[in-house]
Amino acid sequence: VHELSLSSAIVNTVAKHARGRRVAVVNLRVGRMRQVVPDTLEFYFQFVARDSVCEGARLHQEVIPAWLRCRGCEQEWEIEIPAFRCPTCGGSDVVVASGDEFEVESIEVEEAECIAPR
Amino acid sequence: MHRTKVKVVEEALDANNTIAAANRADFDRAGVTVVNFMSAPGAGKTTLLERVVADLPGVRVGVLEGDVQGSMDADRLASLHVPVTQINTGAGFGGECHLDANMVRSAIGALPLDDIDLLIVENVGNLVCPAEFRIGEDARVMVSAVTEGVDKPLKYPLMFRACELVLVNKIDLLPHLDVDLDHLLYNIDQVHPDVERIVLSARTGEGIDGWRDWLTRIATRAGAILAR
Repeated sequence: VHELSLSSAIVNTVAKHARGRRVAVVNLRVGRMRQVVPDTLEFYFQFVARDSVCEGARLHQEVIPAWLRCRGCEQEWEIEIPAFRCPTCGGSDVVVASGDEFEVESIEVEEAECIAPR
Repeated sequence: MHRTKVKVVEEALDANNTIAAANRADFDRAGVTVVNFMSAPGAGKTTLLERVVADLPGVRVGVLEGDVQGSMDADRLASLHVPVTQINTGAGFGGECHLDANMVRSAIGALPLDDIDLLIVENVGNLVCPAEFRIGEDARVMVSAVTEGVDKPLKYPLMFRACELVLVNKIDLLPHLDVDLDHLLYNIDQVHPDVERIVLSARTGEGIDGWRDWLTRIATRAGAILAR
């Protein structure tokens, strides 16, 4: 259910960088831990994008796997379920190495051809 | 026309985080500690506040009440003679399912910051969206009622991981439920190892002292858990 709010955040971020140019593609990096449902995000994105520079843009979502690192024993592992204790030493000093991203990586914008000065 | 790729590399929620930082600066200037208080609907947030807000030794409390609709919660708390400010997130039958930094920003002018030490922001009842949006708080607290079952930490890890304190409420109902408290506590620990937990009942008052002490500690900034 948070995909609607997240879609607005994407459109606002993109609009800032598009500077009025029409956006064809938005490349998004989404960590597994953000609990985003790709189809739902796509649906709301198209809805929120209406009447903005993102209208009709394709939303490309790259899903980033969730990796944790234990600062106690330096073990690194990938998680599929939300279990955040180190499976090796049982420690709790565990940091997220990847998987909590929600970032606009790049956009592809339509640019009018420049006419080279003679 | 031709197509150009523009490198962005920006967290999509940066705009919210920037406003949250501005809120935080205003709260810091006024010397007010802010707690973002979250849970699913009906977990007991308002009752847990009713139990303590008028009774924190040496701490002047204010409440910012976020609701999709109505002022029922605000009215309950105002009757305890603490200043309550209401934000409704939507008009009619719509509305946002969470508070974001901008909504809190728009309410700052209405808050009696000079007259309080602790501001508790009661967020909209929801275990998903509020976890995503910082509002300029010092700490995040959530309520998980035992009636919700033992699996909620596993289903809503974002929320359980976002919080510095988890209140496990409604333990007076355990005799009537097929819910194993130890299993719930184990699941919370799996999702957020070593997170502080207080097991309590807003109804009977069991464990409420721990909640009151926690708030007093953080309001006087004696607790070193202030989230940055």
